[in-house]
Amino acid sequence: MMKYLSNTASLELLSEHCTGCGRCLEVCPHEVFSVKEGKALILDKDRCMECGACVNNCAFGALKVDKGVGCAAALINSMITGGEPTCGCSGNGETSCCG
Amino acid sequence: MSELKFIKPGAQEKASACCGTAQSAPQSSPDVSCNTCSPVRTEARPAWITGALASDIGAIPIISTDLVGSDYWEHIKCRVSDFRNNYAVNPGLYAVGAPDGNSDVFVSANYKLSFDVLRKALKGLNAWVLVLDTKGINVWCAAGKGTFGTAELTQRISVTKLARVVEHRRVIVPQLGAPGISAHIVKKSSGFKVSYGPVRAEDIGAYVASGYKATKEMRTVKFPLNDRLVLTPMEINPAMKKYYPWYALIILAVFGLRPDGILFRDAVAGGLPFLLLGLTAVFAGALVTPLLLPFIPFKSFAIKGWITGILFTVLFERLIAMPWHSISTLRFFTYLFFPLASSYIALQFTGSTTFTGMSGVKKELRISLPLYIAGVAASIVLLTIHKLTEWRLI
Repeated sequence: MMKYLSNTASLELLSEHCTGCGRCLEVCPHEVFSVKEGKALILDKDRCMECGACVNNCAFGALKVDKGVGCAAALINSMITGGEPTCGCSGNGETSCCG
Repeated sequence: MSELKFIKPGAQEKASACCGTAQSAPQSSPDVSCNTCSPVRTEARPAWITGALASDIGAIPIISTDLVGSDYWEHIKCRVSDFRNNYAVNPGLYAVGAPDGNSDVFVSANYKLSFDVLRKALKGLNAWVLVLDTKGINVWCAAGKGTFGTAELTQRISVTKLARVVEHRRVIVPQLGAPGISAHIVKKSSGFKVSYGPVRAEDIGAYVASGYKATKEMRTVKFPLNDRLVLTPMEINPAMKKYYPWYALIILAVFGLRPDGILFRDAVAGGLPFLLLGLTAVFAGALVTPLLLPFIPFKSFAIKGWITGILFTVLFERLIAMPWHSISTLRFFTYLFFPLASSYIALQFTGSTTFTGMSGVKKELRISLPLYIAGVAASIVLLTIHKLTEWRLI
């Protein structure tokens, strides 16, 4: 499995809110989580791509992440325009890199 | 639960072309002849609609699970051109096979490529397909933007009157839709329970057969060579369109410029190797780096791209007799500029990968952007020195 830069992902697990339901395991596309003894735990944070699937689907607010696009073009664009980094980098407003 | 009745395609061609339960179609009447509806497509019935089911909520188009040559051709066009920017199907409810009130509901995006992959995977099943309005964008990207999202799913369930079509209260959402969906909120607002299906549509058969259980394998995104390869045209295109023409213009101007004007012969003769080096940098950053991604050392895309770039610059210098003679300024420029260009282009691939997060890319940019800017500035200085030396001014 390819991993990106170490120690950069902003994912946080607030164990005290976790009920161990396992929803985060189900939605995570990179096997970041595991559940042991009724609590979720982060197996490897460096696999996290900050997509926000786990945070969105945690009904107990036990997860936090600085969700966003991991896309250089979008980030450079937002630095220039001062806007939020989003897809649609070619400047036509909507689609470009994404199909 | 409404009564469902098959309508022959020929008899109701207009109905199945644009109506069904699609977005703006009037749905108050069971009458399926709706010439008045005007969603995006009012042209002839697309070939993938094979008929319609009549129900008291309107005609529900039946879709084919076989892709034909033109579908595949369109998919290729999506990969290599702007064709994909306008490749959408109408949002709404569709039928696969002969579904009934107990059949599964699979949720998809209205990017036709996503929709095609799903309908192909549903071959042999009787099911419903609920297409969300994602503005023609695929599931994962749309989920990131939020258009494949909780609000749209809730609204689409309501608009299509799904609760009157099926007796159960569950929808199967592709796992990669999860960044846009909050399952617990959908349940609260629509009454429908969200089950997350496998990442890849091709696993749907196995997922359903195993009692709606996705294996770890089905839940994980991989990024194999083939997946990387199909994305490279979208790296090469922008590099060639956005940067290369300017670069070429500058190079030709620099090499053609003489104290008494611009000489085209000098521009081409002197500039050609550098135009080719520019192409080599695009090739290294936009094609070679993505393809060899796991094998190039370091995790940073900027470094990976720089490594590929310097290797190809060396290779180019060895294979093509570069006009160095004593002109070391140009050689400095070559080894400074082209690996950096390859690095910058490779960094853009972070937008296409399946595993790079925003915090990491921000970190890369913090370090690399100042280096790129300094590199370009130094390159301009070197080219200026080269010209001044050539003109014997220094």
